[in-house]
Amino acid sequence: MVTAFFFYLFSTLAIASGACVVLAKNPVHAVLYLILTFFNAAGLFVLLNAEFLAMLLIVVYVGAVAVLFLFVVMMLDVDFDELKAGFIKNAPIGALVGGIVLAELVALFAFQGLTFAPGKIAAAAMPSGLSNTEALGHIIYTKYVFFFQTSGMILLVAMIGAIVLTLRHRQNVKRQSISEQNARSPATAMEVIKLPSGGYNVPAAVKPKTEAAE
Amino acid sequence: MSDLLATLTDWVLWIWSFAAVQSVAMLVGLLVLIAFLLLMDRKVWAAVQMRRGPNVVGPFGLLQSFADLLKFAFKEPVIPAGSDKIVFLLAPLATATFALAAWAVIPISENSWGKWVISDMNVGILYLLAISSLGVYGVIMGGWASNSKYPFMGALRSAAQMVSYEVSIGLVIICVLLCVGSLNLTAIVNAQQDGVGTRLGLTNSFLDWHWLTLFPMFIVFFVSALAETNRPPFDLVEAESELVAGFMVEYGSTPYLLYMLGEYVAITTMCALTTILFLGGWLPPIDVAPFNWVPGIFWFIGKSVLVFFMFGMVKAFVPRYRYDQLMRLGWKVFLPLSLVMVVLTASVLHFGGFAP
Repeated sequence: MVTAFFFYLFSTLAIASGACVVLAKNPVHAVLYLILTFFNAAGLFVLLNAEFLAMLLIVVYVGAVAVLFLFVVMMLDVDFDELKAGFIKNAPIGALVGGIVLAELVALFAFQGLTFAPGKIAAAAMPSGLSNTEALGHIIYTKYVFFFQTSGMILLVAMIGAIVLTLRHRQNVKRQSISEQNARSPATAMEVIKLPSGGYNVPAAVKPKTEAAE
Repeated sequence: MSDLLATLTDWVLWIWSFAAVQSVAMLVGLLVLIAFLLLMDRKVWAAVQMRRGPNVVGPFGLLQSFADLLKFAFKEPVIPAGSDKIVFLLAPLATATFALAAWAVIPISENSWGKWVISDMNVGILYLLAISSLGVYGVIMGGWASNSKYPFMGALRSAAQMVSYEVSIGLVIICVLLCVGSLNLTAIVNAQQDGVGTRLGLTNSFLDWHWLTLFPMFIVFFVSALAETNRPPFDLVEAESELVAGFMVEYGSTPYLLYMLGEYVAITTMCALTTILFLGGWLPPIDVAPFNWVPGIFWFIGKSVLVFFMFGMVKAFVPRYRYDQLMRLGWKVFLPLSLVMVVLTASVLHFGGFAP
């Protein structure tokens, strides 16, 4: 009873906020609705007793990915008229793609029927006495260890690629070297000069330039 | 008479069985505690600088926080004309709500009555990590919705800071989890009954706690907690000299109060988390007569307040970090250090035969 109530609450909110992501005029609002969608999806995971996945969804998607989305979107200077013009221009393509996906789903359900036998989707029975996290670990690190490690490798390569593409050491930019700064001592950083009263001193580093000017 | 008493007890127990009632009790206790922690923060700060601190409202200034609460609540909320009003008001609410939600899984004690926690979740520590990573949304939303330069800059800065230090906090937590073998917070505390101290002959003592076995990580966690909650010396969010008040520039009255409340609740959460992960939660420091008579909740609160006192002392005598130094510390010092420690801890546990 309570479970059913929360299921309908989470799923209704998830669908409604998912629709709002598309319909929101302001991109920042769209990202905030997206976060609400993630939340409700996490709630559905909790109802399925998959609490580890629910928490991971929030930590990874809401805590990290959506923050980056928000960072990028906030910086944009949004011109709403231009956005609307683009919407009308691209509407036919969007409608075509959406229509194909919808047609495929309708065809699938017409062929398969709306009910699934529970045995078909459910995974192999978990050994009893294991928590959700332990069960997941047992599967990932034994049966699917190759796929798990490979997907990790792909992410690592993608990350290194992004860094290599964006990291450029430009010329003429003053850079900070922390170790050099920390290694400085009065002996290397200061110069003590004897100055006769009434005399003047031109620093050694500037001297050649002034001579050239003369 | 005894019938009446029995009925009354049954009735009280029945009321207590609802999570909502427990939550209200927890929140009231927590908020009253925070009112006095805020005062303690200011008193410690004042004492280090040889001032008296707040001493006017009530005896020794004990009611100062309540006076501040009334002052904020009765001020007029000013909403800038150019702001996004809904997000502007939603941001402080989100900060306070997320901060308070963390306390649903924090276990305060355990005795013959059972576990003193509202929700004894299997993945309690992950829940805390998730909730604390949500704190950043209050900052970003507030900074953006204000529609002004300084709050926006402040929000970008502090969001980057909070996201950076979450990484090292996560890795430190992994080190602790490796030693415990469970994601449940009660299990983490109970695992600290056995350790170095037990092997030396001091059974169930303070030497068993994780601060000793994972010592460098204890320091890393403490410093990261300072940065994560935007406490001095990492309070670049509200570095008065360059950013006015950071993302909170446009806020006043009750929304501002909610931000401050959220901040202090987050700090208290971090203190409680340090206590649970490294200082043995509600376990007494030595398992002998006068100490183990004291109920666990007093040890828990005492240790949390001790960690909060350290937070206050750091605020009082460490100068503020520069932003690039802060980022360097997070990414180039703490991240490699905690990564190496994860590998080291796992190796020692596996090859030393200590694995749980």
